[in-house]
Amino acid sequence: MATATVAHHDEAAHEHHEHHDNFITKYIFTQDHKMIGKQFLITGMFWAIIGGFLSILFRLQLGFPEMSMEFLRPLLGGWIDESGALDPNFYLALVTMHGTIMVFFVLTAGLSGTFSNYLIPLQIGARDMASGFMNMLSYWFFFLSGVIMFISLFIKTGPAGGGWVVYPPLSALEQAIPGSGLGMTLWLIAMTFFIASSLLGGINYITTVINLRTKGMSFSRLPLTIWAFFLTAVIGLLSFPVLFAAALLLVFDRSFGTSFYLSDIYIGGEALPNTGGSPVLYQHLFWFLGHPEVYIVLLPALGITSEVIATNSRKPIFGYKAMIISMLGITILSFIVWAHHMFVSGMNPFLGSIFMFLTLIIAVPSAVKVFNYLTTLWRGNLIFTPAMLFSIGLVSFFISGGLTGIFLGNSAIDIQLHDTYFVVAHFHLVMGSASFFGLMAGVYHWFPKMFGRMMDAKLGYIHFWLTFTGVYLVFFPMHYIGIAGFPRRYYSWTNFNFADMYTDLNMFVSVAAIITFAAQFIFIFNFFYSMYRGRKATLNPWRSNTLEWTTPLYPGHGNWPGEIPTVYRWPYDYSKPGAAEDFIPQTVPLSATPESNLPHEQELVALEMEIMKDESEVLVANESKH
Amino acid sequence: MYGFLIGVGVLLLLSIIWMVYRIQTLVSVVKGSDKKIASGSNKVNAILFVLFLVGTTILMFWYSIKEFKNYQLPVASEHGVVTDQLFWITMAVTGIVFLITHVLLFVFPYKYQYKEDRKATFYPDNNKLEIIWTIVPGVVLAGLVISGWMAWSDITAPAPEKAHVVEIMGYQFAWEIRYPGQDNVLGDYDYRLITASNSHGVDFTDKNSIDDFPSSKVVIPKGEPVLFKIRARDVLHSVFAPHMRLKMDAVPGMPTRFWFVPTKTTEEMRAELNDPEFEYEIACTEVCGRGHFSMRKVIEVVEPEAYQKWLVEQKTFIQQNPALAENLNAETKELAEIQISKSKK
Repeated sequence: MATATVAHHDEAAHEHHEHHDNFITKYIFTQDHKMIGKQFLITGMFWAIIGGFLSILFRLQLGFPEMSMEFLRPLLGGWIDESGALDPNFYLALVTMHGTIMVFFVLTAGLSGTFSNYLIPLQIGARDMASGFMNMLSYWFFFLSGVIMFISLFIKTGPAGGGWVVYPPLSALEQAIPGSGLGMTLWLIAMTFFIASSLLGGINYITTVINLRTKGMSFSRLPLTIWAFFLTAVIGLLSFPVLFAAALLLVFDRSFGTSFYLSDIYIGGEALPNTGGSPVLYQHLFWFLGHPEVYIVLLPALGITSEVIATNSRKPIFGYKAMIISMLGITILSFIVWAHHMFVSGMNPFLGSIFMFLTLIIAVPSAVKVFNYLTTLWRGNLIFTPAMLFSIGLVSFFISGGLTGIFLGNSAIDIQLHDTYFVVAHFHLVMGSASFFGLMAGVYHWFPKMFGRMMDAKLGYIHFWLTFTGVYLVFFPMHYIGIAGFPRRYYSWTNFNFADMYTDLNMFVSVAAIITFAAQFIFIFNFFYSMYRGRKATLNPWRSNTLEWTTPLYPGHGNWPGEIPTVYRWPYDYSKPGAAEDFIPQTVPLSATPESNLPHEQELVALEMEIMKDESEVLVANESKH
Repeated sequence: MYGFLIGVGVLLLLSIIWMVYRIQTLVSVVKGSDKKIASGSNKVNAILFVLFLVGTTILMFWYSIKEFKNYQLPVASEHGVVTDQLFWITMAVTGIVFLITHVLLFVFPYKYQYKEDRKATFYPDNNKLEIIWTIVPGVVLAGLVISGWMAWSDITAPAPEKAHVVEIMGYQFAWEIRYPGQDNVLGDYDYRLITASNSHGVDFTDKNSIDDFPSSKVVIPKGEPVLFKIRARDVLHSVFAPHMRLKMDAVPGMPTRFWFVPTKTTEEMRAELNDPEFEYEIACTEVCGRGHFSMRKVIEVVEPEAYQKWLVEQKTFIQQNPALAENLNAETKELAEIQISKSKK
């Protein structure tokens, strides 16, 4: 086994020397996982700006319902009516596209796509993904999906408008809302490509993690980031096909006259022939992806946070095994809680009871993770890099948003809170903002590896504090609005006595949202400026243990110019008693650090020496063959 | 002109920010602080966490107390009292956890900020701690779930037989109300029978439908069980009566229901809130298209006697529109004619 691995590495290194990239194979149709990761990142950032901008448009409507939107006419054209008001159909389209873009394009592709691609080979010690070609396809399917979704923003009848969940019959019937015409068709096509992209990526991540780990990189030595990406890919692989099934049946209902989701409908002055279908079936299928999707979005962020917090606390992550077990628990449980989105959908209330129990079980591993993060900070030696700030922010959002999940997971309480702003506050904190902060932490932390330069820390601090405060100012007030019963996806609340208040609070939220959105341009500037003009990075700027920091400043395709390093220890040997430095990289053999080895590690030294001896013999043998 | 001035102002502001940024970068290079592991900003960030904690805690408590009357909707149903109680118990439990974890999360950064002469404690795991904080949340959550489940089972249990039935049908973009009349049984309906004059699609060949009547608002008696039979005609809608703590989707092709006992009449609530305009309302909470935000219906809760009186005053579909009774078979037609003649008296 050892022989095979070493020989293979040797070969790969040789291949690399002969390989020359031109512009197209290096930057566009690249098969280098690092470049693909960057492609996902830049595309994700583009979509984040679009998605954020759409939310600003509808926040203007909600915060300043009386305001004339005339100044938006150059951009929105006919969607601003003669009196200067935003069209209610377009308002729904904005809400829908904001959700779709943020959930799928930014927090799935932009987060998981970027960091799974970028970090998996680097942190497990592989030359590239298992299949570079599939990886490239994965990006280009995503890109194509984005192009189609982008086009749908500009068509005459507007993009899909039935909410990001696109529940039929609303999404199936063009008569019900104009967005369910061509806009919805494009939505479905775009999502099909997106699902294909996710599956191609996911299969690759799983295969790579299982098969291409370097010598010594056992599963119990994997950084938590990799564990998170791995489990995320597993979730995606099992749940995205179900979304595809749901979408496919919807396509049939829309275009081929079937009745999977449609029944007993009288609309536009005529009774439709469809009978026997069930809209609730769609909801079951959708949320079978929809709920795991929350964890597809969140787990990578938690993985990144684990890595960043451990590194910058100069402490091992507390409860490495407990972290893995809780992630496994979340992975499994994420598949059996979906119907808590449907407590009042009309499904059998007995199902509601079952799903309430299952849902609240999933809170336990989440709680364990929070306590472990807190204990990691405890008695650490904390360095507040921007990445560390964003990670702490993530933990805060995870707590705030997670706790409100306990209300919503309780079906009796959910009766009142379902589809109110309480839900909006809940998921924007726990999945939206938390994952977004994970993404930011990841970018600030791995920027030096990606571009060989440092991002400006002070701008990072300003960005963090503006965003962190901003997010709370946007989403915390929504709890009050939600408890007061304000329904979601409302164009205005003045039709109802019970909701005809809080104009001040809504205005406040909108202003906070605009400031928070504007603050993101500090990041955009910092990102692109530092890419070319930032301070040159050192090889291991955060003094971290993981493998990616053993590559050259500008790693080529293949990552390590010579041998792939061997791994001798877990990635969290920070501030080990007895060690001179406060970190010991994974590549340092136990035999080289007798002063800091723990008793059980000392026992492994002999074994390690033996393996190293074998290995060097093989190397010598290989050399002599050439 | 103003646009131009604003443009110039923004440009000036941006260039000032740019200068400040460049100067601080150069200063940090000169001072060599960019080579240090943790610069002076470390302390600033640590302090900011504590300030953030104190500031937001004050803001949160101040606003939560000041606005309590505003966001806490008065409750007017029996089960609503139970779910509200559950809500506030959960709020207390999670509130405590929220505060403790956040105090730790923001105080630790201050307390354990980087010091060159200190080394972090190597503390990789402690199984006892892990077990404790697996079991404790587990037990607390079990308590919350079981109380929630008991409430949920009561709320979703079959309605009492004597419950007053009201049918609520959602369509783009309003609700229509149908009462079962004297027999308290709603007549059959079929969406294919919907016409301009029969918007509910009531099947008048069914005897039970002869005494059904429409209403422009939901009138229900206080203190007696009421069963909402909910359906939709085109897309999904959701009946949401915030004061009743009631919500149930209206699904085309699949009738749903929700029963409850109102506890305060509209008049009583008006007196309690000192708001003579107050009405109980129904809103739609499942996105259904352009007019989603305007599907308002009023619920009027009255004393049982007043309810009985109101019931008798109502005109059935057939009384309002005798043409509906045409094309019926002899037996039902007879019943219908009795109805019509009654209304003429």
